[in-house]
Amino acid sequence: MSPQLAAYTTSTGEAVQFWMLGTVAVLGALCTVFMRRAVHSALCLAGTMIVLAIFYLANGAYFLGIVQVVVYTGAIMMLFLFVVMLVGVTAADSLKETIKGQRWLALLCGVGFGVLLLAGIGNASLTEFGGLAQANANGNVEGLAALIFTKYVFAFEITGALLITAAVGAMVLTHRERTERAKTQRELAAERVRDGRQLPPLPAPGVYARHNAVDIAGLLPDGTPSELTVSRTLRERGQIRDVSNEALNDLRALEQRSEERLERTPGEPADLTRRTEEASK
Amino acid sequence: MNPVNYLYLAALLFTIGATGVLIRRNAIVVFMCVELMLNACNLAFVTFSRMHGNLDGQIIAFFTMVVAAAEVVVGLAIIVSLFRSRHSASVDDASLMKL
Repeated sequence: MSPQLAAYTTSTGEAVQFWMLGTVAVLGALCTVFMRRAVHSALCLAGTMIVLAIFYLANGAYFLGIVQVVVYTGAIMMLFLFVVMLVGVTAADSLKETIKGQRWLALLCGVGFGVLLLAGIGNASLTEFGGLAQANANGNVEGLAALIFTKYVFAFEITGALLITAAVGAMVLTHRERTERAKTQRELAAERVRDGRQLPPLPAPGVYARHNAVDIAGLLPDGTPSELTVSRTLRERGQIRDVSNEALNDLRALEQRSEERLERTPGEPADLTRRTEEASK
Repeated sequence: MNPVNYLYLAALLFTIGATGVLIRRNAIVVFMCVELMLNACNLAFVTFSRMHGNLDGQIIAFFTMVVAAAEVVVGLAIIVSLFRSRHSASVDDASLMKL
């Protein structure tokens, strides 16, 4: 094997790593696109980014590999998760198509674009692979620093200006100027009385003695669950558990079991309903 | 293994990200797909850096990361303020100019 060719192929270990982690990266990317919930998408994207960090390390970009983990998966993805928690908890993606056939056209465009890209790479004459042994001889970080502070120093300065602009922009965008005086507690109370809304505190959730979780609606005197007792977020997400029929179901199961034990014929339906009605009183 | 395979992987990831931008309508997920595309470009840059035996590609990838960080900050701020004004993160709902 000539030295040229030896530099051109990687070690078997790197090949194994590439094929295993490459699969993980592609799967993560696909999950990012096709998961319904934004939180799952964000987690899949974080996985893909960690795999890419390992690929950077394998390609001799040691500094970038660490920066990828710290900046991308550590800072950017956590920022995404913050915003998902802030915004996306109730925002389920609607599946209704606003433009007819847009999804299939988009998929077709994507596949066509991918084929074009892959064919372009396949046709390019990439015959020599230098390897970074010489460039990394004095250390990767030192090499990068030498380049950044000489050849790319202007780009580096402009990056600083960009970061400051971004920070100021984010503050301006999310800052809300208060146009009116904040209402005092007394004014809020007076307003509530005037509107005739719920005056006392809202009723507590949970069916005491059986369940006291916050996602279980409290029961009204007639046995129906009251939506008012559960927090608005859970109501909007549809995560309320209904236990109003659980007692009756338990009783019914008990009846059935006891009749099986006593080897009776399955009880007359009229008898069963009468007894359950008695129990519910 | 031929190191060109890294370029194929980068192209594949970029394609998946671009398709996601076209398909999804939740603004946050669209944004995540843009991040995926940026990452795919970075992988290509790092591979090119290894191919040519100098560190310029890695410098460009580093600048891409810095720009991506700034972009995420501003983009998420825009999404949050959009959500505040119309209580939805869907990109289809922002069509006030439409007749």
